[in-house]
Amino acid sequence: MSWEGISFEDRMDTVEFRVGDRPHIVVDSEICRSCTTKACVTACPANLFAPTSDGGILFNYEQCFECGTCYQVCDAEGALTWTYPDGGHGVVFRHG
Amino acid sequence: MIDVVVVGAGPAGPAAALTAARAGMKVVLLERGPFPGSKNAYGGVVYGRVLDEVLPNWWEEVPVQRWVTRRSTMVLTEHQALTVDFRTTDWGKAPYNGCTTFRADFDSWLAGKAVEAGAQLVTSTVATGLLLEDGKVVGVRTDRVDGDLRARVVIAADGVNSFLAKEAGLLPRTDAKHLTLGVKEVLTLSREVIDQRFNVRGDEGVDVEILGCTRGIPGGGFLYTGRDTLSVGVVVSLEHLAKAKVRAEDLITDLKAHPAVAPWLQGAELKEYTAHLIPEGGYDAFPELATDGMLVAGDAAGMTLAAGLWLEGVNFAIGSGLAAGTAAAQAITAGDVSKRGLRSYRKSLEESFVLQDHRRLRRAPKLLLSDRVQQRYPGVMADLVQGLFTVTNPSPKPGLVKLLRQSAKNNGVKLRHLVADSLAGGRIFR
Repeated sequence: MSWEGISFEDRMDTVEFRVGDRPHIVVDSEICRSCTTKACVTACPANLFAPTSDGGILFNYEQCFECGTCYQVCDAEGALTWTYPDGGHGVVFRHG
Repeated sequence: MIDVVVVGAGPAGPAAALTAARAGMKVVLLERGPFPGSKNAYGGVVYGRVLDEVLPNWWEEVPVQRWVTRRSTMVLTEHQALTVDFRTTDWGKAPYNGCTTFRADFDSWLAGKAVEAGAQLVTSTVATGLLLEDGKVVGVRTDRVDGDLRARVVIAADGVNSFLAKEAGLLPRTDAKHLTLGVKEVLTLSREVIDQRFNVRGDEGVDVEILGCTRGIPGGGFLYTGRDTLSVGVVVSLEHLAKAKVRAEDLITDLKAHPAVAPWLQGAELKEYTAHLIPEGGYDAFPELATDGMLVAGDAAGMTLAAGLWLEGVNFAIGSGLAAGTAAAQAITAGDVSKRGLRSYRKSLEESFVLQDHRRLRRAPKLLLSDRVQQRYPGVMADLVQGLFTVTNPSPKPGLVKLLRQSAKNNGVKLRHLVADSLAGGRIFR
């Protein structure tokens, strides 16, 4: 894997995730539909927020850095329910 | 009965657990990850002198990658690079200055010191909320079965997102304007190649700070040498990143492709990608540091110092943690863990580098993240130097003042702005 032009998928494959059963972040796509900025889509460093054709947001919690960027940039009150993964689960950095 | 429950094992938490345990307190240190440091990421340099008093000769056992003996500050434009490079052998011997290390290693090591002092480390456990009685903090809830932990004092060292400080009303729920997002790639490259490319040997290492590589989004880049790794990344204003609709990893890709950076990285392979928020609001954005039954330390209290020339955080986390553990023990011994009883925490921080450096540099973040410093001055400086060193024969050399005027004009800067910002910088960094 050379550093030139690494795909995002390969980038995320370098990170260990101990995925828990409980989605620790829940997105209320109904609320997202009224959001005009959708800042989470580009700001999330793990690229976990995908806009859907009906104006909502599709979210996948599995490869989450738990950094907090999404709720910090979210303009829509109540769109994101944000908690940490259960103890021992989630991202495991070795070289952070 | 637990005396002190410390939430978060790195590095403010272990520091707090260490001093509290040494003062004879029964201490539990909670960590939500499987091991200390597993949730943490940073640029890459720890300044360890803060440990001198509590862990003499810490440098003999700290899990160091390399000792930073060479520090470069680079100013980039798309096609130019101006570097100020300093090195000293003094930083390569005890008591050293800074070392590169990874948080999984460093935080685990420091937590081990707290355990040696008698603290109990409990990993894979989330503190999900505060236990409150009559508005006073009397412990934490955890995600373990029957996991409520009562304690005389809670030390919230639960990081930049500190939900405990938020629950206690000490931190706002969101605060994007005082946060930056750091993203980092750790790349593998052989030790010999790193030594050659960065002109170091043995356990000497390099710290490169970079301005002007973030497409005008307030922030900067960095490159640090590990033993057989390079850490390269950017730190950018979260608010401005979100507005610019730029993806953070694209900024790293830009930086890695810059003609002054790319040759360093040739052939290096990605080992791990990490991301983390950083509280960079400085002194004026600090929360209250104590409430009844609780103290806040480290990133939870916004202790990271991001003042341009100085980019420090782990040492401030440790400094605040050490003080928090001591203050908690004193309050418990005195039988008063109210906000008033815990006020020695703030006082001791005010007497140490932690609040003194922050107070002195309180206006630095604003100037350094301003549009002119971020978007215009890199070009002014680079154009000026290029003008100085470009031999324009048969035309004679232009004078320095003319070059400065021209460089400023090319980059849309008025001389009065340069003068005003220089004076402001002089006041801030005096």
